[in-house]
Amino acid sequence: MTTPLHRYRIVQWIDYRLPIFSWSNEHLVVYPAPRNLNYWWNFGSLAGIMLVIQIVTGVVLAMHFTPHVDYAFSSTEHIMRDVEWGWLMRYLHANGASMFFVVVYIHIFRGFYYGSYKSPREILWWMGVLILFLMMGASFTGYVLPWGQMSFWAATVITNLVSAIPWIGETLVTWLWGGFSVDNPTLNRFYSLHYLLPFLLVGVVFVHLWALHHRKSNNPLGIDIKSPKDTIPFSPYYTVKDMVGLGVMLFVLGIFVFYLPNFLGESINYIKADPLVTPPHIVPEWYFLPYYAILRAVPDKLGGVIAMVASIAILFVLPWLDTCKVRSARFRPIYKQFFWIFLADCVVLGWVGANPPEGSFILIGRICTVYYFAHFLIILPLLGKFERTKPLPESIHQAVLAKKGGATSEPPAETSAAGNP
Amino acid sequence: MRARLIAMAAALGLTFAGAGLAGVAHAAGDAAELPDHDWKHTGVFGTFDRSELQRGFQVFQEVCASCHSLEFIAFRNLAEIGFSEDQIKAFAAEYEVEDGPDNEGEMFMRAARPSDYFPSPFANPQAARASNGGALPPDLSLIVKARDGGIDYLYGILTGYEEEPPEGVELAEGMSYNHYFPGHQIAMPEPLYEEAVEYGDGTEPTLEQLSHDVSVFLAWTAEPEMEIRKKTGLKVLIFIAIFTALIYIIKRRIWARLH
Repeated sequence: MTTPLHRYRIVQWIDYRLPIFSWSNEHLVVYPAPRNLNYWWNFGSLAGIMLVIQIVTGVVLAMHFTPHVDYAFSSTEHIMRDVEWGWLMRYLHANGASMFFVVVYIHIFRGFYYGSYKSPREILWWMGVLILFLMMGASFTGYVLPWGQMSFWAATVITNLVSAIPWIGETLVTWLWGGFSVDNPTLNRFYSLHYLLPFLLVGVVFVHLWALHHRKSNNPLGIDIKSPKDTIPFSPYYTVKDMVGLGVMLFVLGIFVFYLPNFLGESINYIKADPLVTPPHIVPEWYFLPYYAILRAVPDKLGGVIAMVASIAILFVLPWLDTCKVRSARFRPIYKQFFWIFLADCVVLGWVGANPPEGSFILIGRICTVYYFAHFLIILPLLGKFERTKPLPESIHQAVLAKKGGATSEPPAETSAAGNP
Repeated sequence: MRARLIAMAAALGLTFAGAGLAGVAHAAGDAAELPDHDWKHTGVFGTFDRSELQRGFQVFQEVCASCHSLEFIAFRNLAEIGFSEDQIKAFAAEYEVEDGPDNEGEMFMRAARPSDYFPSPFANPQAARASNGGALPPDLSLIVKARDGGIDYLYGILTGYEEEPPEGVELAEGMSYNHYFPGHQIAMPEPLYEEAVEYGDGTEPTLEQLSHDVSVFLAWTAEPEMEIRKKTGLKVLIFIAIFTALIYIIKRRIWARLH
């Protein structure tokens, strides 16, 4: 495997000993990707870039932050006021977390729609679910660090969930806190974990990509790559396509960072944590709201915790709950409808999670929770049995050419440039 | 093309759906609808008016500071709102701060310097409560960011006192009635009234003017980076927009090679 760089002796010398040039060429340049990937396939690389942004801004913030109950809040303000561009680092990091979740949620729903979790990509999918868990851990521990009122009370509420575990629950919570309430030891260990988890994430991301590059990307048609004609090299085609998405994402992130930096936050988190004053409404960050709704939908504490964990853990077995052999929703007319209903269900759960558990919110939350699990446990297995799927195209390149305006004629440059099937 | 548009719309949609959910969470509190007051510094191009800020500082210093601390603002920061070095030194010198220990190991009091932070009017929260009928006057540095409704809420509180509570409402001892305060019973007595402060620049010190100025000043103490943030943002967003447009053109050219 040689690259244009290989004409340099120094490159040859290095590559013979450590094949980083060949390796990069293989995985970033000539790597064969299906030729029909649409813009939904941007979100994987966008998630990777968000992880890098979070780590870079986070490392800078860590240089100026003091993880102590007496100084966490004021050192955060020190970053905002006295550190050069500190406000930019902090607002990028705080809003970046939201952007990261937006991108990852779209990435996951892309996977749902096009059946990306199906054979032979089950382990790739598992790594993705693991990444989601790690992200949740990282964002939760990070939210606690500025030690505002919501930081403190979210930490109290969420860590208290562990006490629902029979027999050892209370002991476990004390162990988790490092004391008898959320206090300095809790803040210290959350800081330590918040610095650790992103690097574990990087590790799992590598396994995620390893599995991806071994079995190659799924694609909007959900059919396998059958010949080299079905693929195009990753560079320049998808590097440039991913950069278009990157530009759009950074623009959206910029709007929040520069003009609405606290829109997604809670105002009371600008009040220093006070263990003696409980806020009237304790709500998690928006990306946790659906799980929060599921937690509260179950009238029993332990049951709620189990349901909440199960709502994500169920994704591990999704490849076997969805028994349909056809991957893409394009050829699954009924599944396609249920996909949108499921998406709406998740949004409604988020809305319920943002509201106090009273009145009709309780009922709506319960219905949506039941539906959430029914989607995985009843609808998907049944669809696999009874849904009549549409005929699949012969191959990716034939489908692409047919779409471009008749397989016979050469497509005009304008339409082919759009690059989307 | 259609798929691309849908993709982008959906990405944006999801972002704003998330934002909307957060908004719903905010709206959960049941407070009176806030006054619709015009501010010069809000909006994409808004900047702080230096004379409003300086008058607001005067209101803070002469009225608010007798009960409220401003712990994240140092005297030197006042340079950012247009005060000269000499003025700042003079402001600081009006306060005494504890320093030390000196060579004899004793703590001592000295006049504040520009590098000192605004001293709290009370030694500790307990002392603050004892002097305020049990209520703790909050620190004001971040107050505009720390309340739902932000500056509009603050302005509402300052202008929302009513002499007599509506019929049937019984006020607890030492409490005042405020139209905008959640629950309407507020421990802070009406802080501002017409001519509470005498402005040096001849501006009429009406209740509205005083409330406006001090609200703007506290918006600045909460977000001293606001002007540079918006200015930088404009440059960054223009750059990203042009960059993305160019990349998109390049992308179309590159993909046109495919048959």
